[in-house]
Amino acid sequence: MRLELSGVRKSFGVTLALGDVSLRASFGAVHAVLGENGAGKSTLMKLLSGAERPDGGELLLDGAAFRPATPEDARQRGVSIVYQEPLFCADLTVRENILLGSEPTRNLFIDARRSRELAGRALERVGVAGGFGLDTPLRRLSPADRQLVSIARALSNDDCKVLILDEPTSALTGADTERLFEIVRTLSARGTTVLYISHFLEEVERIASEYTVLRDGRSVAAGKVAETTKSELVSLMAGRNVTELFPRSVRTPGPTALEIRDLSGRRLPKQATLVLRRGEVLGIAGLVGSGRTELLRTIYGLDPRRAGQVLVAGTAVAAAPVALAARKVGLLSEDRKGEGLAESLSIAENVTLSGTGRLGPWGLALPATSRSAATRWIGKLAIRCRGAEQRVRALSGGNQQKVALSRLLEQDVDVLLLDEPTRGIDVGSRADIYRLIDELAGQGKAVLMVSSYLPELVGICDRIAVMVRGSLGPARPVHEWTEHALLLEATG
Amino acid sequence: MSALKSWLQRPWFGPLLALVCVYTLFASLTPDTFLRSLNLVTMLRQTVVVAIAAVGMALIIIHGGIDLSVGSTVALTTVVAAKCLQGGAGPATTVLTALALGALAGALNGGLVVGLRIAPFIATLGTMSALRGIAKGLADEQKIDAPARGLDSWMAIVPGERLVPYGVWLALAAAVVCALLLGYTRLGRHAVAVGSNELTARLCGVPVARVRLTIYALGGLLAGLSGVLEFSTLTVGDPTDSVGLELEAIAAVVIGGGSLSGGQGSVAGTLIGALLLTVIKAGCTHLGMPNWIQEILTGFIIVVAMTLDRVRQATRD
Repeated sequence: MRLELSGVRKSFGVTLALGDVSLRASFGAVHAVLGENGAGKSTLMKLLSGAERPDGGELLLDGAAFRPATPEDARQRGVSIVYQEPLFCADLTVRENILLGSEPTRNLFIDARRSRELAGRALERVGVAGGFGLDTPLRRLSPADRQLVSIARALSNDDCKVLILDEPTSALTGADTERLFEIVRTLSARGTTVLYISHFLEEVERIASEYTVLRDGRSVAAGKVAETTKSELVSLMAGRNVTELFPRSVRTPGPTALEIRDLSGRRLPKQATLVLRRGEVLGIAGLVGSGRTELLRTIYGLDPRRAGQVLVAGTAVAAAPVALAARKVGLLSEDRKGEGLAESLSIAENVTLSGTGRLGPWGLALPATSRSAATRWIGKLAIRCRGAEQRVRALSGGNQQKVALSRLLEQDVDVLLLDEPTRGIDVGSRADIYRLIDELAGQGKAVLMVSSYLPELVGICDRIAVMVRGSLGPARPVHEWTEHALLLEATG
Repeated sequence: MSALKSWLQRPWFGPLLALVCVYTLFASLTPDTFLRSLNLVTMLRQTVVVAIAAVGMALIIIHGGIDLSVGSTVALTTVVAAKCLQGGAGPATTVLTALALGALAGALNGGLVVGLRIAPFIATLGTMSALRGIAKGLADEQKIDAPARGLDSWMAIVPGERLVPYGVWLALAAAVVCALLLGYTRLGRHAVAVGSNELTARLCGVPVARVRLTIYALGGLLAGLSGVLEFSTLTVGDPTDSVGLELEAIAAVVIGGGSLSGGQGSVAGTLIGALLLTVIKAGCTHLGMPNWIQEILTGFIIVVAMTLDRVRQATRD
C-alpha cells in the first residue's frame, strides 16, 4: 500500500470534522475520494497535504509514519495537492508560481538558471509543450492553463508519490478535461498514486480504479470502482436513496416573463434571442467561455449592452441592475465568493441585502426584521447553520448557495437568472435546489438557468438552448435533447 | 518592435513619461533658471529623504501592507541623532543608533501586524501617534541643536568641488539594493507572493509571518536612513518634522505603479514617482506659483497617474 490511514480524527474547536477515517490507496492507483460537501474530504486532504495536523489516528506513507508539519514538509516527502480553485499569485510568473516556497538559491540570490530548469522540467511532466512561457505572468493564462501550472507545481518535487487533485475539472472545458485525464493516466502509469476528489461520478467512473466514500466525517465504504454503480455510490454518499433527484411536477407555461431580442455585449454574447415564459425553466448549455455567463450578466446590466433589447413582461428595460431588480428580476452569480455573497456578513444581512423589501418602519433597517426573514428561509430551504446571525463564510458551499437563493426569494423576484446554481455543492443540497427550482416554476416564476452539468439541465429544464461561441441557438423542448446531443451541439 | 513593447509594459514606463513631460513643460516655461545644473542637483537633493522613505514604503506596499508611521519615525530619528551628538557620540555611533532605531520601529509595526493581527493601517496609525509623542517627549517639545560632526556634509552641495551630495548616491545605492532584493532574492519574491495572494503563499510554504516582519523592519530601517539624511539637511533634531511624509511616500509608490492591494509596484517606479513630486514643487516655485497651486497640481497628477494605470491594466489583461 502506498497510503494507509486508519482511525484518523480531527476537530476544529467543538466541531468534529473527521471522526474515524480509514483509507487504503495502492501504488499507482487513481483513488476517488467521494462524499458530499461537509463530509470531511477537504479536511482529510488538508491533513495529508500538511496544512492541518490530525488529532489522532495512524497515517502511513509507504509503510512509514507520515505526519507532515507544513505543506512544504508534505511536498518534500512526496505528497502534493492541487486545490479546487487553483492557487496562484497572479502577479508572479509561471516559473515563480511553480517554485514558490522552494526557490533554489545561490549565494544570496535566486538561482535563475536552476529555477528555469526545475520549472521547465515540471511543466514537461504535465506535457505542456508551449502555449505559454516560463516567464509569462500568471494573470495572462486561462483558468485551464493556470490549473496546469498548479499541477506542474505539485509535480516539481522529483519524487511525487501521492498527488491530490481536488475537484480538478470544475473549471475546465471538455477538451481540457480530456487533457487532464491524459496527465492523470500518465502519472499513475509511472507509479504516482492520485487521490481524485470529484462531484462528477461520471468522471470517477472513467478515471478512477478505487474509491473511498466519506460521510459526516467517517469513511463508510471503499472498494473497486468497477464493482459498483453510480446509483450505489450516490446512496452511499447521501446515506439514503436519492430517489427522484430531478423532480418535475406538471408545469403550465403562462404569459411571457422575459424576452431578449438580438442582445449583444461588448465582446460576448454576440447574438442572443429568447423568450422565457412564466412557470417555465429554460436551460442554457454550452462550453466554458462560450458566453453563457456574459449573456446573463448582459441581460442584468452588469456587463455593458452593445445592442438589442431586454423586455420584462412586455416592457423594455434599461441595462442597469437597479432597473431589472425593480422589475422583479434577480441574478444568482456563478462566483459565490467574489460576487454572489457578502461572506463576512451574517445570513440575515445577506438575505435582506437587496434592499427592496421593508425592514422596519420609516425606512429603518431593523436587525430583528432581517433576522426573522432569514429564519423563515433557513427553515424553508433547510439551510444548515447555527442561526440567522452566523456568518456566511462559515457555511458549506451548498448552504451558501441556499442563502444566495434566499436573497432572490426574499426580493420576491418573478424572473430568476441562475448561473451554475449547483456548482461545487454536495448531492443533498443539489437535490434541495432542484426541488426548489421545480417549486418556483410551479408557482409561476420564470427560471433561466446556465449550467455545465448536462444531467441536471436535461433533468429539470422544460426547454434548453445551446450557446456556441457567443451565439445562442434556438430553445427546443427537453424531450428533443439528450446529453449527447447537447454536447455535440455545444462543441460544433 | 518587441523590445519597444516590453518597455511599454514596464510598470514604470507611464510615470517616466509623465516625469519627462512635466519636466519639459517647466523647462520650457522657465528655461533660464529651471535648466541650470544647480537646479537639477537641488531637486535631487530635495528628493532624497522622500525617495528613501518611499523605497521602504514600496517594499511594504508590495507585500500587502502600509506604514503610516514613516514621518514620525523620521522625526524621532532626527531627535535621537541630535541627542546622540549632543551627548558626545561620534558620527558612526550616531548613524548606527539611528538606523537601529528605525529598524526597531519597523519591527514594532511588523510585530503588531503579525503578532497581534492588527490591520496594518490601524497598527501603524497607532505607532504614528506614539512615535511622534516619544519624539516630542525626548526633545521636550523643542528643536535640539547639536554639533553636526560632519554629518551635515552628507547633504551639502559644495559648488565647484562636490556638486552631487553624498546623500543622493546613498539614496540611489539603497534603491539599487532594494530593487535587487525585491527582484532576485527569495525574500523579495516571497514578499510579492504574500502581497499578491497571502493564502496561496502560506499554502506554498512561504513563511508569511517572517516575511512580513522582515519587510516592516526593512521599511523602518530605510525610514531611519531617511531620518539621518533629514538630520543632516536640518542639522537640528526636530520632533515636529516630516508630518505627512508618509503620504508623500505612498503617493510616490502609487504613482510609480504600486497597488495598495499589494503584489504590484517597483523600486524604479517609486523613485520616478518621488522625482515627479519634487519636479512639480520646484517647477511651481520657479514659476512663482503659491503653495496651494502646487498641492492641487500634485493631487491632480496622482489621480491622472492612477487613471492611466487602470487603462494600462485593462488593456494588458
